[in-house]
Amino acid sequence: MRKTSIGRRGFLKRAAVTGAAIVGSTAAPGGLASPPVAGQVPARSGPASAPAAARESDPGGSPDVLTTDRPGGDFMVDVMKTLDFEYVAANPGSSFRGLHESLINHGGNKAPEFITCCHEESSVAMAHGYFKVEGKPMAVLAHGTVGLQHAAMAIYNAYCDRVPVYVIAGNSIDATQRRPGVEWDHSVQDAASLVRDFVKWDDLPISLQHFAESAVRAYKIAMTPPMMPVVIVADGGLQEDPIAPDAALRIPKLTMATPPQGDSGAVAETARLLAAAENPVIVAGRLARTPAGMARLVELAELLQAPVVDQGERMNFPSRHALNHSDRARELVGAADVIVGLELTDFWGTVDAYRDQLHRTSRPITKPGARLVSITAGDLFVKSNYQDQQRYPEVDIAMAADGEATLPALIEAVKRSITADRKRNFEERGRSLAAGRQRLLDRARTEATYAWDASPISTARLSAELWAQIKDSDWALVSPIDFVSRWPMRLWSFDKPYQYIGASGGAGVGYGAPAAIGAALAHKKHGRLVVSIQADGDLMYAPGVLWTAAHHKIPLLSVMHNNRAYHQEVMHIQRMANRHQRGVTSAGIGTTIENPNIDYAGLARSLGVHAEGPITDPKELGGALKRALDVVKRGEPALVDVITQPR
Amino acid sequence: MGKKTFVTLGLTLVVTTAILAQTPAPAPAGDAKNGRKLFAADGCYQCHGYEAQGATPTGPRLGPRPIAFAQFSKYVRQPTGQMPPYTIKSIPDKDLADIYGFLQSLPAPPAVDAITLLK
Repeated sequence: MRKTSIGRRGFLKRAAVTGAAIVGSTAAPGGLASPPVAGQVPARSGPASAPAAARESDPGGSPDVLTTDRPGGDFMVDVMKTLDFEYVAANPGSSFRGLHESLINHGGNKAPEFITCCHEESSVAMAHGYFKVEGKPMAVLAHGTVGLQHAAMAIYNAYCDRVPVYVIAGNSIDATQRRPGVEWDHSVQDAASLVRDFVKWDDLPISLQHFAESAVRAYKIAMTPPMMPVVIVADGGLQEDPIAPDAALRIPKLTMATPPQGDSGAVAETARLLAAAENPVIVAGRLARTPAGMARLVELAELLQAPVVDQGERMNFPSRHALNHSDRARELVGAADVIVGLELTDFWGTVDAYRDQLHRTSRPITKPGARLVSITAGDLFVKSNYQDQQRYPEVDIAMAADGEATLPALIEAVKRSITADRKRNFEERGRSLAAGRQRLLDRARTEATYAWDASPISTARLSAELWAQIKDSDWALVSPIDFVSRWPMRLWSFDKPYQYIGASGGAGVGYGAPAAIGAALAHKKHGRLVVSIQADGDLMYAPGVLWTAAHHKIPLLSVMHNNRAYHQEVMHIQRMANRHQRGVTSAGIGTTIENPNIDYAGLARSLGVHAEGPITDPKELGGALKRALDVVKRGEPALVDVITQPR
Repeated sequence: MGKKTFVTLGLTLVVTTAILAQTPAPAPAGDAKNGRKLFAADGCYQCHGYEAQGATPTGPRLGPRPIAFAQFSKYVRQPTGQMPPYTIKSIPDKDLADIYGFLQSLPAPPAVDAITLLK
């Protein structure tokens, strides 16, 4: 108990100028909130010496009172339980020690369960990957200062990827109550300002009731498309000070907002265009945010017998579906008379070609008169500073609406627009597209034969070996595919919504390993066999997350795509060297990860993970994968280090 | 904190597919063994793979049976797509001939039907 006459709660209440009376009732199941006392309202302002009429907490009592059975953190946990968090990921930090203790003791370390992370970037990226499988946020705790600083890049990735991550940042606002030393270093006037440019909403509650309302509001905001991270700053005093016996606390009811659906007129016009088109193309970006997304897109495509280009940011469309023509996106876009973009991050880049030479040039690749339709919730929420919005697309119809929520209306409108003649045309188009899809698969298989026996091992061989090991299981891939030449999507049969989760969003390196482990955590209770193809440079940002996987027994096979370089950057430096005519033999300086080569298997073993490698002979790969998957099937993580071709 | 922007460096498969189908033109005699070294040292492998097998989306397959040397040389010196230009200062003609020799020397891959994993 503090020795000053005014506790932090009193300080915060006096700082508030206005406030509303608390009139609710206990809402938390098994929680601490008390029924309101008739006629009482909390003190919200007044001189320092004025007693509070009905304070939530009373830290100003005798300094001889050393304990409390009702810290504010317990109520915060009650609030979190109503939001149905399954996990909370964190690297421990003193600024949220009260909440941490309440989670594990008052909350019983269940719903949410504490996931110990070695870096806040890992905590957030785990939550990022978890959401894309589970469809609901994972909570993350972080220091408001150094923790958010570590977390910032991962929050930015989630923001760009339209993923809700629920961050609770600890802070100590009342300067007169801070412990000398580190607590000052870990305190900040406006904690969320650090990440405000790339979160959807943040708040600094100054009372427990304020915390409850803001926590519920934050959840609702984060989960309303376009979905994004949110930050709630949890003051240390709120967490640690006792709840007053007569505190009138209640937890507001959470009512999720229905996703915005496209305007009916715009939907009807889009349906008319699609039904009349000779060469329509449907392009899907971050479309499927629930399992219904894939089913709805399949229904629309089959109704029209129109080809689909899945840009790979979500599991939008079955990879081997006869209408999946993602491998010839540019050809389709160039020939299309109607292009419908569903939640595209970059519509401009979809319909324009860009040339990265000394003089940067671009040109449309669409044919004259092609009609472009955009449906994206991204039009509903744009910020200024960070430029993830991409170049301005000139479209004919722009629906500021959620793509998945708009599809049912669009499907019905298309049904009404289809005549018998058009239906016959569609069937003919469908037969042609089905034959073309088979040719794409045949071509992919043929291309995979090149460098089949090479060492370093080709990414096609790696993908084929891995597919052979998992294809008869209930499997999921939880890593991006661009760095392995999209081989999994070209060779494997993805047909379930949970089998792929896209990429990082903001291309911030360090996402891959923790996101894969977060996704694997979500898959765990479903008993799925989860694999990732793990980039070497990415793992080295925060490899401690492997320990998290081992500690919490998160089953995941990580297959290292170990090309011993930040290979994207190797190519960038080569481009510059070529442009400047200086030769490219120095392109490895600052871009390669060699001398010494990293022993990823040894690293993984040191963190408690089964590991083999490095594998350089492709003939040895299948056996190593099988042995590692046996470990994963027992419920533990494993890693196989594979020395690979660059892409 | 590193933040890397993924930028597609792709060459168009369409162009390559069309070019690969053509009959190779006479080419200067190149040292295939040295060409393999240069293919790595000069960074060709970065986009096309160590065996010139190609990668999506960074660079197409270049061999075996490369395009005619004249077309190959012209494209390397003055690419029309995304490929960075290799002027004579970056790769002398002799080295380019050796690289081309390496591409010519690449063996045909196994038949797809012979690979169980690809069936």
